[in-house]
Amino acid sequence: MKNTFTPTAIPASEITPKELYLSRRDWLKTAGIVTAASLLAACGVAPATTGAGGNPTAQTATQAPDVPNTYDQITTYNNYYEFSTDKQAVNPLSADFQASPWAVEVGGLVHNPKTYALEDLLQIETVERVYRLRCVEAWSMVIPWNGFELNRLLAEVEPMTSAKYVKFTTLLDPEQFPGQQSPFYPWPYTEGLRLDEALHPLTLIATGLYGEALPNPNGAPLRLVVPWKYGFKSIKAIVRIDLTEEQPATLWNTIAPNEYGFYSNVNPEVDHPRWSQRTERRIGETGRRDTLPFNGYSEEVASLYTGMDLRVNY
Amino acid sequence: MKTRFPWLRILVHLLGLLPLVRIGLAALTGGLSINPIQDIEQRLGRAALYFLVATLAVTPLTTLTGWKSLPRRRRALGLYASLYASLHFFTFSVVDYGFDLPEILRLIGEKPYILVGFTTGLLLLPLAVTSFDYFMCTMGRRWKRLHRLIYPAGLLVILHYAWAVKGNLLTLRGDILQPLLWGLLVVLLLVLRLPAVRARVSRSRQALAARVSRSA
Repeated sequence: MKNTFTPTAIPASEITPKELYLSRRDWLKTAGIVTAASLLAACGVAPATTGAGGNPTAQTATQAPDVPNTYDQITTYNNYYEFSTDKQAVNPLSADFQASPWAVEVGGLVHNPKTYALEDLLQIETVERVYRLRCVEAWSMVIPWNGFELNRLLAEVEPMTSAKYVKFTTLLDPEQFPGQQSPFYPWPYTEGLRLDEALHPLTLIATGLYGEALPNPNGAPLRLVVPWKYGFKSIKAIVRIDLTEEQPATLWNTIAPNEYGFYSNVNPEVDHPRWSQRTERRIGETGRRDTLPFNGYSEEVASLYTGMDLRVNY
Repeated sequence: MKTRFPWLRILVHLLGLLPLVRIGLAALTGGLSINPIQDIEQRLGRAALYFLVATLAVTPLTTLTGWKSLPRRRRALGLYASLYASLHFFTFSVVDYGFDLPEILRLIGEKPYILVGFTTGLLLLPLAVTSFDYFMCTMGRRWKRLHRLIYPAGLLVILHYAWAVKGNLLTLRGDILQPLLWGLLVVLLLVLRLPAVRARVSRSRQALAARVSRSA
């Protein structure tokens, strides 16, 4: 297929914070160190961040550098309610998921609506991105994704000027997704972004992990990754992308609008009404880290929200 | 006093130690999740819930079955409930938050589900302390009244559980199936001990027993 996309305007090395931007070989090396460290931790080595300091800021004043989590960690601890509400049950339950053949229908307020076969999407220029992922449940990981910037795909379908939002929909298939038989959720999973958020170069459609095809527990064959928002915004196993004028309904916002806002930007200042968002546990570590505004991507994305009250638009 | 059913006593203690043994084994064999502190915390919390519900089930089960040996095992069940509740809180406050007291107090104050869980634990504490024969004898009627705190504790632990998961118990949305089922069970167990209900169940059981013995 002819690749109609221009090269990336901003190299990945500039988008991904420098300390994150390691070569693949280094990831594997450091990943080994993480495993060793977590093994030591399991043997009862006291967390380094506890102490006399009263407030959580003092407790985790010096943030350790971000080190990618291991492939095993990333693929065995997943929130993927289509399979199970048990994060560890997702991996075995998703083993037989059919991620191919796959098609994604891109439509709504666009000039060139099109149904893309997965193979077409894999032709789009790929990038490697090491992103922090912060779950609303106050745990986090560092994940080396492969994929393409969503703006590449959107440029191809040409959004109309009336398009203000992008709506994403997950596959609805209760036979493959046993969790979709639960009546407690408004299936299928839907998510949404404002168009400028969707066009932001950090916003990724991930098709791979650690250089391999995206594993089933992580949303094969393709999922959204919006690193400055809570993990549930990064919808998995996408089959539809629609440009809309109205703000789309999203699954968690529908279930509990007072707890999960449409924006859901990572924000330690805007607390979840039930769980504290001030700190987080990086998977593989025993202490807690301070949660950073926009998950540490303020420099890149804070300008998207200039003039907005983030307490209202949480 | 000679125990008529020593095996029941053994069974209660085997079950009582089972969650601890399972957590220990999981920790040794890599069976914990990669978020081990949270995993242990949640396993301990669930164990506390199971034993709290088991404690509440003793009276209704005795009413239903007429099995008089059951109430003698209630103290052990209740103590396991408070043991696991204490370990659950220890994991939260010391292992997870490194005994950062100001932060823990702040969390208890601002997060309702933590406050409710903390209150449940506080309610269980005096029950565990006064569980000795000495207090049972010296406190008399007040002992019984004090130990009725297990009823609000049973309701609060469900609220704590339902509030801790992603979902909404009121609109029946989200991950609330487990809290919902446990909540219904607790309500059922509380209803079964209302004097009127209890007397009725007791009468039907005796009538049934009489019929069985007559036909035998």
